Amino acid sequence: MSNIHKDYLGSKFGMWLFLFTEILLFGGLFILYSIYLHKYPTEFHLAGKELNVYFGGGNTVALVTSSLFMAMSISAIQKDDKKLAITFLSITLALAFVFLTNKYFEWGAKFHHGIYPDSPALLERPKGEIIFFGLYFVMTGLHGIHVIIGAIIIIYTLFMLKYEKVNKDDFVLLENAGLYWHLVDLIWIYLFPLFYLIL
Amino acid sequence: MDKNSEVIPFLNDNKYPGIFGWIFSTDHKKIGLLYMYSTLILFIIGVIIGLLIRIELIAPGKTIVDPQTYNAFFTVHGVIMIFLFVIPSIPAAFGNLFLPIQIGAEDVAFPKLNLFSWWLYIIGLILILFSLFTGKGAPDTGWTFYVPFSEFTTTNVSVAVIGVFILGFSSILTGLNFITTVHRLRMPEMKWMKMPLFVWALYATAWIQVLATPILGITVLLIFVERMFGIGLFDPAKGGDPILYQHLFWIYSHPAVYIMVVPAMGVITEIIPVFARKHIFGYKAIAFSSLAIAFAGSLVWAHHMYTSGMSDTAVIIFSFLTFIVAIPTAIKVFNWVATLYKGSIIVEPPLLFALSFIFLFSIGGLTGLILGAAGTDIHVHDTYFVVGHFHYTIFGGTGFGFFGAMHYWFPKIYGRMYNKRIATIAWALLFIGFNILYFPMLVIGMMGMPRRYYDYLPQYHTGHIISTVGSWILAVGLIIMFYNLFKSIKHGEKVGKNPWEAATLEWTTPSPPPTLNFVSEPKLTRGPYDYKGVEEDEQYS
Repeated sequence: MSNIHKDYLGSKFGMWLFLFTEILLFGGLFILYSIYLHKYPTEFHLAGKELNVYFGGGNTVALVTSSLFMAMSISAIQKDDKKLAITFLSITLALAFVFLTNKYFEWGAKFHHGIYPDSPALLERPKGEIIFFGLYFVMTGLHGIHVIIGAIIIIYTLFMLKYEKVNKDDFVLLENAGLYWHLVDLIWIYLFPLFYLIL
Repeated sequence: MDKNSEVIPFLNDNKYPGIFGWIFSTDHKKIGLLYMYSTLILFIIGVIIGLLIRIELIAPGKTIVDPQTYNAFFTVHGVIMIFLFVIPSIPAAFGNLFLPIQIGAEDVAFPKLNLFSWWLYIIGLILILFSLFTGKGAPDTGWTFYVPFSEFTTTNVSVAVIGVFILGFSSILTGLNFITTVHRLRMPEMKWMKMPLFVWALYATAWIQVLATPILGITVLLIFVERMFGIGLFDPAKGGDPILYQHLFWIYSHPAVYIMVVPAMGVITEIIPVFARKHIFGYKAIAFSSLAIAFAGSLVWAHHMYTSGMSDTAVIIFSFLTFIVAIPTAIKVFNWVATLYKGSIIVEPPLLFALSFIFLFSIGGLTGLILGAAGTDIHVHDTYFVVGHFHYTIFGGTGFGFFGAMHYWFPKIYGRMYNKRIATIAWALLFIGFNILYFPMLVIGMMGMPRRYYDYLPQYHTGHIISTVGSWILAVGLIIMFYNLFKSIKHGEKVGKNPWEAATLEWTTPSPPPTLNFVSEPKLTRGPYDYKGVEEDEQYS
């Protein structure tokens, strides 16, 4: 029934629109962050010192590298090298898991120290620090969920590559997966300095 | 492409048997009808709850339910009407039905995504209905889910907000689909300034859906997170700020008012020139005013918060911005009236709904000025004046726009005509009942009756009685209208392609349209409002 020809530009256009909505979704949280930073500058500073910049830095490297491999995977399929595309995309996926594992240990360490939402140890701290860690868990948590969604999309794309549903002539799915992955990366690039560096 | 001999209308084109032919169909017209049927069912549920609220309020003190149930009533009435009926009604139902046909396309840009949007709508709907009957009772927060109450109430708010989140997702995907469709699938001859104005209205709406809804998504998600993990972002005891919640909520929910009403304005813009037999007055002004409303409407959210504790400067700025929205809105109203001026007006049911739209929406708009002005708003804030105002705007506007659309496009969808005399009677009852129902609210609101109260002082009694009686007249009108339309689906008089002699593209294809919308490649021979030489319908006149 569907005799509508595949619209390459249309698919990309739709994806970009969707990415705008994702930015706005996080935008609400960035608004909260900026207002609470304004309200509690010293508490944010003190709490921010407690985050481990090496964990955050390692994760930044992992994500940025994964974006590079994503882009190379697209180049590979454009040159009709299916095998290389699959390899690069698999590395992207592996780096996503590196990110999540890293995050697991980072959050785990915080939980170990009694810092988690609504925990007794956290509630004894000043209000600004409660808010800081609240935002930290909500924003990195929401970002983590996006990493998981991105990983699922990459796995799906890998299968499509394998069965040549994604190929040299029709690789918009891979490109859109790439766009989504770059967005996840981009959001982290904002989260990282806000929580780990500037405070 | 000449398949003239055997045109299968989309209603009979089923790949799968029975109901699956509908719920797995990616045909935009079927999805549009699915939306229409599901929103109408929800509308009827919402109306029934509304009638129960009115009966409870017919006398002071307890009448039929206890206070807690009453709180659940107005919350559920609001959630159902806003999120499940009004927001999806015109764009998702009539937009899906007619946007692709009006631009000469075979379908929307992403047909599968379109079906997915409807599925999301149903999932959200199920979650919201689920929240009513499980846990510790139906949500009692009001449809705005204001913190801190929504964080701490024991009722089933968590499930309901997740339902709202999913509905928001559905709305975003519909908007995204429409924008892409308008950009990519217009027939090549159709330049931007040749598009029907309903398409322009949907296009503007789609941008609001895409740009505003994510903020609602994060807001309700935060309520869920707060309730689950007690993070305290909105809880003053933990350093949070409840006012921020109100900001985030209204950043979406005020533009959402324009998601509700701009498509209805688009419908009215289609109806009026057809029945005045005149080119629409000020095509460009109407097209751009849709965009202007979408833009300006995004800047005015804090006019819901004059009494919440904002700085005076902020109040003045938001008051000013709010007044600016009146300009593009008035442009539309004046253009409709100017189109009617010296037209050869044919009074048919769709036109009656369009005219009552103008009347009711104007009352809604003018009372909106009283609320938009900071000084007068302090007096009537959170009174029945507000309730009256938004029912005039949303029910009188979107609701009557929706009914108008049902009567205007009914012959196109089903290939049959309803009984026009009964439709007129139903319209009269609706119009009279509506005013008897909502006008007293403006009066008792001015007198000081607060909204959402279970009980009230004796001086408001008369107003409440009149209002409740009005709700019954309105209900009778609705029953007659739905009965008439429902019966005519199977038994109405058959019509041809173009019973109204309209000029937009959907009237050049058979009624009901075939699966891919057109029998042969559509040709753009005239502008959307050029009625000169429109062929008279041979099967019906």
